[in-house]
Amino acid sequence: MAVQSLSAGAAKAPPSSPGTLKIIIGYLRRNWPLTIGLSIFVFFIVFSVVGSFYIDETAAYPLGAPASQPPSWEFPFGTDGQGRDLFAVAILGIWETLRIGVIAGIIGVGFGTLLGFSSAFFGGWYDVIVRWLVDVLLTVPGLLILIVIASSMDTKSFTLTRMALVIALTAWMGPTRVIRSQVLSMKENPYVMMARLNGMSNWGIIFRELMPNLLPYLGASLVGSVTGAIFASVGLPALGLGPLREPTIGVTIYWAMNQNALLRELWWWLMVPIVIIILMFVMLFMISAGLDELANPRVRRAE
Amino acid sequence: MSFSYVVRRILLVFLVIWSAATLNFFIPKITPRNPIREKLLEQASRGGYIPPGFEDMVQSYEKRFGLDQPVWKQYLTYLNEMAHFNLGYSISNFPKTVPELIGQSIWWTIGLLSVTTILTFLIGTLLGALMAWQKSSFVIRNILPGILVLSAVPSFIVGLLLIYFVAFKWKLLPLGGAYDATKLPVFNASFVLEIIRYATLPALAFILTTAGGWAIGMRGMMVTVQGEDYMTFGEAKGLKDWRLFYKYAVRNALLPQVTGLAIAFSYIVGGSVLVEVIFRYPGLGTLLANAIRQLDYFLIYGIVFILTVAIGIAMFIIDMIYPLLDPRIAYEGN
Repeated sequence: MAVQSLSAGAAKAPPSSPGTLKIIIGYLRRNWPLTIGLSIFVFFIVFSVVGSFYIDETAAYPLGAPASQPPSWEFPFGTDGQGRDLFAVAILGIWETLRIGVIAGIIGVGFGTLLGFSSAFFGGWYDVIVRWLVDVLLTVPGLLILIVIASSMDTKSFTLTRMALVIALTAWMGPTRVIRSQVLSMKENPYVMMARLNGMSNWGIIFRELMPNLLPYLGASLVGSVTGAIFASVGLPALGLGPLREPTIGVTIYWAMNQNALLRELWWWLMVPIVIIILMFVMLFMISAGLDELANPRVRRAE
Repeated sequence: MSFSYVVRRILLVFLVIWSAATLNFFIPKITPRNPIREKLLEQASRGGYIPPGFEDMVQSYEKRFGLDQPVWKQYLTYLNEMAHFNLGYSISNFPKTVPELIGQSIWWTIGLLSVTTILTFLIGTLLGALMAWQKSSFVIRNILPGILVLSAVPSFIVGLLLIYFVAFKWKLLPLGGAYDATKLPVFNASFVLEIIRYATLPALAFILTTAGGWAIGMRGMMVTVQGEDYMTFGEAKGLKDWRLFYKYAVRNALLPQVTGLAIAFSYIVGGSVLVEVIFRYPGLGTLLANAIRQLDYFLIYGIVFILTVAIGIAMFIIDMIYPLLDPRIAYEGN
């Protein structure tokens, strides 16, 4: 039976391609946190991409729709007290919020990987400085650093992309610490020694020997940084910082609180962003738990 | 406890405080905004017109705050002021100084955070230990881990849900604030009960969202500890279950949790700012949000500075307690 299917696969296509897909599906079936997390992610992407064809973008800005309408056929998520169609806000806001998270996360992990690698590899004073820098900056809450920066920025030129870049300033310390300690423990492995004896250069060792083994950690770091960035992108507007005109999830929460949505009995105004944020953080939590299992088989054995 | 360990920790605290002060000093310098000009302009435009000689006024104010000096001189003066906790005047409540305003609200924050952090740590750790314990009931081992998902959600979002359901819909607890603002606070038993009643929802928002993190960490450690030989030996000796659980398993699994406590402070304080804001709790977080709204820069920087100092000191205290809990650890190597 196994031989049959193997030979059939080999006859049709290069042997690895159908097998890889099957392996991935089989793995996802076992690693259900990863499956749930990725499903929510795909749902969000499809929702915002498909949705963007059906909505008028101006409906997501104030006075784009009649104010304070409860959820109905015309406005599935209702409209807020300032005349935003919350369905349109959700479609644009999910995309923008994920975009901020991914931009800041990738910059953070990229820079963190560079620093973590170089400091673990070259050691010496450089390593001491990087370690202290990370220790110190991880102690000061990132949100507070961002508050100081964002409050001194010019509100008019404060775009969402700029906000992502600002958030990225506090997204690299975590990855630096994780990557540094992983590289430190990996570079003593026999296979690195072999590569070095074979005359491989430092960069060759980094990219050919270490990087592939680091991938799960890089993935987990990325999810961690994206989580932090999305938290900041929700938290800063909730405090009244950043571009408060743009339809993001955090900005919606700010206006709902600022305009007393609850006392005006407009529960949907608050509930729509809350449900989206909860889904988003559960998604990130599940993906990170799933990646953890992928990276660390010991967790698997513990269950 | 080795000498170099203590020195290293003290150095870390000072570097943390110094870097917070430095960030506060340089970030406003590299941005185009001028807080004094903005504030004066705002006050002037409130009166309807911008008086002649406005530029002179800005300059005289800048002179008063020492802004006409070279940057390195300003920086040294600034560090000296910070070292003496001279955080300057609040722009929006002018005659009041920043330390005065902070002094009024810091005790609410310290009270709320210290009680909830300790409670969360105890609840989360105990839950995590029970989840990993092989003799726990089915519910604890299999159903409870589901609520760990809550630890993924930011505290202030859960806080908003609590406000909506518990306070607004079911009217079980107050919507916000720290005590009934319509009554004069008199210190007696009923006032203390009232403070507890008002603090319940913000505290619950914290406990629900942060206990999971401790539980996950503890569960992992308990799994490792349960595989140790001394556990098998203890069981073979016929020790009672509770003794095995508390004295053999929990006590050994607890140590990394305490290290985690030091690291967690910065997250706890960051998250508490937002929780205070949504509950209008009169602590530093709400003060910070008001300062941001009124562009009161000196107050913003003062609060950020004080919060960072508090985190540094709390971390230091835990770092000093840790070796007492675990005498096995030699810190020289590090």
